[in-house]
Amino acid sequence: MAHVDQLVGSYRAWASNGAGRAPAWLKDLREGGIARFHELGFPNMKQEAWRFTSVAPIAEGSFEQAQAPARVPTLEAIRPFLLFEAGPRLVFVDGFFERSLSTPFFDDVQSLAHVVHHRQDLVRQYLGKYAATDGRPFSALNTAFVKDGAFVHVPARANIAEPVQLLFLATGDKPIVTHPRNLVVLEREARASIVETYASLGKGAYWTNSVTEIVVGDGARVDYHRVQREAARAYHVATTQTHQGRDSTVHLHTVAFGAALARHDIGTVMAGSGGTLILNGLYLLAGQQHADHHTTIDHAADHCESHEYFNGVLDEKSRGVFTGRIIVRPGAQKTDSKQTNNNLLLSTDAHADSQPQLEIYADDVKCTHGSTVGPLDPRALFYLRSRGIAEADARRLLTYGFAAEILGRMDVVALRAELDHIVRDRLAA
Amino acid sequence: MAKQKALLEVKQLRVAVAGNEILKGVDLTIADGEVHAIMGPNGSGKSTLAQVLAGHPAYEVRAGSVKYDGKDLFDMDPEERARDGVFLAFQYPVEIRGITNSYFLRSALNAIRKHRGEPELDPIDFLQVLEQKLKAIGWDDSMMNRPVNEGFSGGEKKRNEILQLAVLEPRLAILDETDSGLDIDALKTVAHAVNQLRGPKRSFLIVTHYQRLLNHITPDVVHVLADGRIVKSGGPELAQELEAKGYDWLRDAAMVS
Repeated sequence: MAHVDQLVGSYRAWASNGAGRAPAWLKDLREGGIARFHELGFPNMKQEAWRFTSVAPIAEGSFEQAQAPARVPTLEAIRPFLLFEAGPRLVFVDGFFERSLSTPFFDDVQSLAHVVHHRQDLVRQYLGKYAATDGRPFSALNTAFVKDGAFVHVPARANIAEPVQLLFLATGDKPIVTHPRNLVVLEREARASIVETYASLGKGAYWTNSVTEIVVGDGARVDYHRVQREAARAYHVATTQTHQGRDSTVHLHTVAFGAALARHDIGTVMAGSGGTLILNGLYLLAGQQHADHHTTIDHAADHCESHEYFNGVLDEKSRGVFTGRIIVRPGAQKTDSKQTNNNLLLSTDAHADSQPQLEIYADDVKCTHGSTVGPLDPRALFYLRSRGIAEADARRLLTYGFAAEILGRMDVVALRAELDHIVRDRLAA
Repeated sequence: MAKQKALLEVKQLRVAVAGNEILKGVDLTIADGEVHAIMGPNGSGKSTLAQVLAGHPAYEVRAGSVKYDGKDLFDMDPEERARDGVFLAFQYPVEIRGITNSYFLRSALNAIRKHRGEPELDPIDFLQVLEQKLKAIGWDDSMMNRPVNEGFSGGEKKRNEILQLAVLEPRLAILDETDSGLDIDALKTVAHAVNQLRGPKRSFLIVTHYQRLLNHITPDVVHVLADGRIVKSGGPELAQELEAKGYDWLRDAAMVS
C-alpha cells in the first residue's frame, strides 16, 4: 500500500525537520507509534474488528500533512459551533491551536503542545499510557504524529464549574489529515464537564484521526460529550479511551451526525471497584454515510456498574455498525452491566449491523444485552394517529423520540438544546 | 325524555382480520351523551369493533356502514377521526421511547385544536390546561415527564389512557377493556375519572368482559356481543344478569338465531 509508505515518509520528514523541539520521551513515543503503524498498515475487512467497515477511501486517498491552517476564521465565523460565550475553551483549526479564538484556563485547560514543555512530568505520566496501539493502526498513527490537541487537568477535589469546550474545526480547503491528541486528567474527587466537537467550516474532503485519553481518579466524575458533525465528504477516525479509578463516575456521551465514513473506537476500563459508567451514543445517518462504533467496556474491578445505550437512525442508503464488547475480568464480582443497541431503519436501503460480544470470567455478575434493527413500529404509528397526529408527523415524532432518548441523558442543557435542534433540522429535511 | 341525535350509527357491519370474519353484521346506535357497554365472551369481536371504529389498518371492512355525526366514518383516516372527536382508550397502550407524555399529549391536542381552528398551545399554556384537567379528575402530574407508557405499570398505562381522554375531550370515547389488569383501587380511580368526564356532549362505548367496571360506571345501555353479532341489549340490569349466569346461554341463543 502506497499510502502507508507515504504516511511513514511524511512522518520521517517531519520528525527530522520541524518536530525537533520535543523532549526525548516524546520522540520515543512517536517512534513507537510509527513503527507500530508501519508494521500494521491499514486494517482490512478480513480482520474481525473491521468486518463491516472498509477504510479503502482513506487508505487509497491522498491526504497531506498540513503546515499551517488554510485560514483562520473569525470569532463570528465559529460562533455557530460555540455552546457558550464564556468558560474555558480551546479551538483548533486544521489541527493547529488557535490562541486568538481560545480562552485557556491557566495551565489546566491548555494546548497540549504548550504543557508538554510547562508540565512535562504530568503529561509524561499519562500521555500514551491508556490508548493502546497494539493492533490499532489508527491510534498508532496518531501517536506517531502527537504534537497538539487539548489538555485538561482538574486538580484533586477541584470542580471546573462551567463546561469546557474543545472545538476542532476543519477549513475543508485542502485534503489534509490531522491527528488531534487530547489528554484529560481528573485527579481524585475532581469534577468536570467537557464537550469535544468536530466540525467543518467548508465542504471539502479531509481526514481527522483523533485520539482522546481520559483518566478519572478515585471518586472523580466526568461528564464527557463528543459531537461529531464533520463535513459530508470528510473521513473521521477516532479513539476515546477512559480509565476509571475507585468509586469514580464517567458519563460518556457521543453523537455522530457527519462524515462520509466514520469509525469511533471507544474503550473504557473500570480499574477500581465501585465505579459507574454511562456510555450513551447516537448515530443519525443518511445518504451513503457509514458510521461504525466499536465499544469495549472492561470491567477489571468488582462492584462496578455500566449502562450502555446506543441508538442508530438510518435513512436512505446509510449504514450503521455497532459492536459492544463487554469484558468481565476474573474477580470483577457484583458487576452490573446492561447494554442496548436499537437501530431504526427509515428506508429499505438502509442497513444496520449490531453485534454484542460478552466475555464473562466472573460468576457473580449481572449482564444483560439487547439489540433491535427494524422500521418504525406500526403499533406506535397507529397509536399516534389515533390521537389526531398526521401520519407524516407521527413518523417524524417517533424518529425524533429515538434520538431524543439518547440526548435526554445529557446534563449540559445548552448542548442538549443544540443537538436537539440539529436532529429536528435533519428530520425536517 | 326527548330523543337525542344519534352520534354513532353502525349498520350491518362485517369486519375481517387476516381473512377471518370477526364481526358478522353488527347494528348499534349511540346517541349524544349516552354510555353504552359492550360485553361478551373472549373472541366475540368486542376489541375488533373498538379497533375498527378507531381506524386500525389491520381490520378489513367487508360490508355495512358506520355513520359518525352524520359522516361516513370509513372515509376518514384514523387521525381525521381523532380530530373529529373519536377516541380509543387502548387495551394495550403502546410505549413511545424518547417522547415525554406531556410532549406527546400537547402534540395531539394541538393537532386537534388546529383542526377546530383554535390556536395551538405553547408548553406553558398547555401546562395550565393540563393542570385544570388533572384537577378535574383528581390526579397528579407524576406521569407527565416520563416517556409515553415506558416502564409504566399496567394500572399506570390504563390511567394514562383516561388522562388523554380528559385532555383531548372527544365526543365519542371508546374504552377497550380498560378494566383488564386493574386492581380494585385502580379500577375505582379510573371509574371515578370516567364519571367526571361524562356529559351531554360526550358518548361512551365501554368494551369489557366483566361487569365489575359497570358497578362503578352505570351504563345507559348494555349490549351482548357473541360470535360477531349483538345478541341481546338491555339496561344496566343485563350486566348483573350476565355476571350471575355467564355467557353460555346467550352464545347458544346466537347459534340458533
